[in-house]
Amino acid sequence: MTVPVDTVLNNDAFDHQAIRSQFPILDQKFDDNPLCYLDTAATSQKPTRVINAMMEYYQQDNANVHRAAHQLSARATINYEHVRSQVQQFINAAQTEEVIFTHGTTESINMVAAGLTEQLKPEDIILVDSAAHHANLVPWQQLAKKTGAIVKAIPLNQQLSIDITAYDALLALKPKLVAISHVTNAVGSVNDVCQLVEMANKSGALTLVDGAQAVAHIEVDVQQINCDFYVFSAHKMYGPTGVGILYGRYVELDKLEPLLTGGEMIKSVSFEATTFGSLPNKLEAGTPAISAVIGLGAAINFINELPKTALIAYEQNLLVYLQKELQNLGDIELIGASKHNIGVVAFNLAQEHHQDVGILLDQQGIAVRCGHHCAMPLMQILNIKGCCRASLGVYTNKQDIDLFIKALRSVKELLL
Amino acid sequence: MNSPLIPLAAQVESQPEAQCFSPLDSKVAQAVDAIQTAKNWQDKYRQIMLVGKALPKLYDVFKQEHAQVKGCESQAWLYHKVIDGQHYFCADSDSRIVKGLIAILLHATHSKTTAEIKSFDLNMFFEQLGLSGQLSPSRTNGLTALANAIKQFAAN
Repeated sequence: MTVPVDTVLNNDAFDHQAIRSQFPILDQKFDDNPLCYLDTAATSQKPTRVINAMMEYYQQDNANVHRAAHQLSARATINYEHVRSQVQQFINAAQTEEVIFTHGTTESINMVAAGLTEQLKPEDIILVDSAAHHANLVPWQQLAKKTGAIVKAIPLNQQLSIDITAYDALLALKPKLVAISHVTNAVGSVNDVCQLVEMANKSGALTLVDGAQAVAHIEVDVQQINCDFYVFSAHKMYGPTGVGILYGRYVELDKLEPLLTGGEMIKSVSFEATTFGSLPNKLEAGTPAISAVIGLGAAINFINELPKTALIAYEQNLLVYLQKELQNLGDIELIGASKHNIGVVAFNLAQEHHQDVGILLDQQGIAVRCGHHCAMPLMQILNIKGCCRASLGVYTNKQDIDLFIKALRSVKELLL
Repeated sequence: MNSPLIPLAAQVESQPEAQCFSPLDSKVAQAVDAIQTAKNWQDKYRQIMLVGKALPKLYDVFKQEHAQVKGCESQAWLYHKVIDGQHYFCADSDSRIVKGLIAILLHATHSKTTAEIKSFDLNMFFEQLGLSGQLSPSRTNGLTALANAIKQFAAN
């Protein structure tokens, strides 16, 4: 199914250089080396239009939202709420009220976990993907601590995605909630979330899907996935830091106890009692990150304008090229690599410490992530302390990969 | 980077006694000089790893959690002892480069008095070696945490 890499990378279907040139940060050098940014899974770079949108908000529209006694605030509110509609369309949510702006994926998951406190009782089971990012594990552990519920790990298969047989067996325990990753943060393995959610739905469990590593690379349709909650961050999809999304099925979202209270989320307040307003405001206490939301809107426009099919093929071929080049280099252990992975290649160089490799790559202008990738349980399963992770974005090109491989060859010469 | 959490109880008596709590091997000083005059990054890092090799290896039994310096992506352990008013340190890491950086740090602080350690300027020292890039707070090598831990030991 894979088209030869040179064919795809020189494809006329889209002008990759035109896309890349929209990212001003990439045009810089470290000493004499061009910056080679292969850490998009940690945070993506931002195109000029996202940066400009945020600047324009501060220059022209800056006012608090939902407090519209004056025109500036009215304009800010309209622009802010417009982004909610953009997000709704972007993930195909049924209604705008199902889109909650949070600080990021981590806050989104914490909001669900804290909000479910009243709904869980001792001995209730929460199933969590073994490859989950800490942000999709620790909030459930905290919830379990408060309620007496039990967190159980869903085992992985050889490709480091969820093992369907083991998962099926765990669903027989009638868990209250299932928390899984769409694409895993550490190694880029993909879960068939439609199938996993369908199985969970049959067992009566609520479902939360962490889509932080998915939304920038593949099209996400929350109604098709049919999950109760889907969470992601703007900064991993060419948008700014400081804003994330909590999508929830209206009825489930409405049942959540608010994590934060105060500000625009109230309906009435007296010293005797307070009542909360309706969704989405009910879950958006305080002043939101307005400029970041505006930036997210620009990022969605950017993504929507990309030639999607060509781009998915391009990124996939680049990933396969990277995997192949790493293997050709020798003394490389690829971790959970498969041609179906998305955006990420995780590896170790022989027995060398991942941090040594990272420091030496950095000397050559190569930005990769080295560590446990906030997935310590996964590292324990793999019996490694950590690994290096190179991750791709829409702006990554073949030259980046070639520079990276060349740099890694120097590291190898130095260390081995 | 987190502040170091090294209990004074981390001081040990056995292995480090003979190997660590004595003046450093002369190879350390030679390698530190070589770092300063290295022509390129490869040479610099080759010397950093060499200087790490000149540092005694901590026995596994001393790779205890309570002696771990927090804030390192790699693992690093630090022990301390005062002998005749001089501070001696024993440290190791599972990363070769971090171990080298530790050795450089010890070159400047090991077997020194409290006053000497107090007046030690880590930033200036690493800048002279062309290694100031290793000191930013976002760095995961934990070098600043290690230096703070050494200073804290000397202050107490």
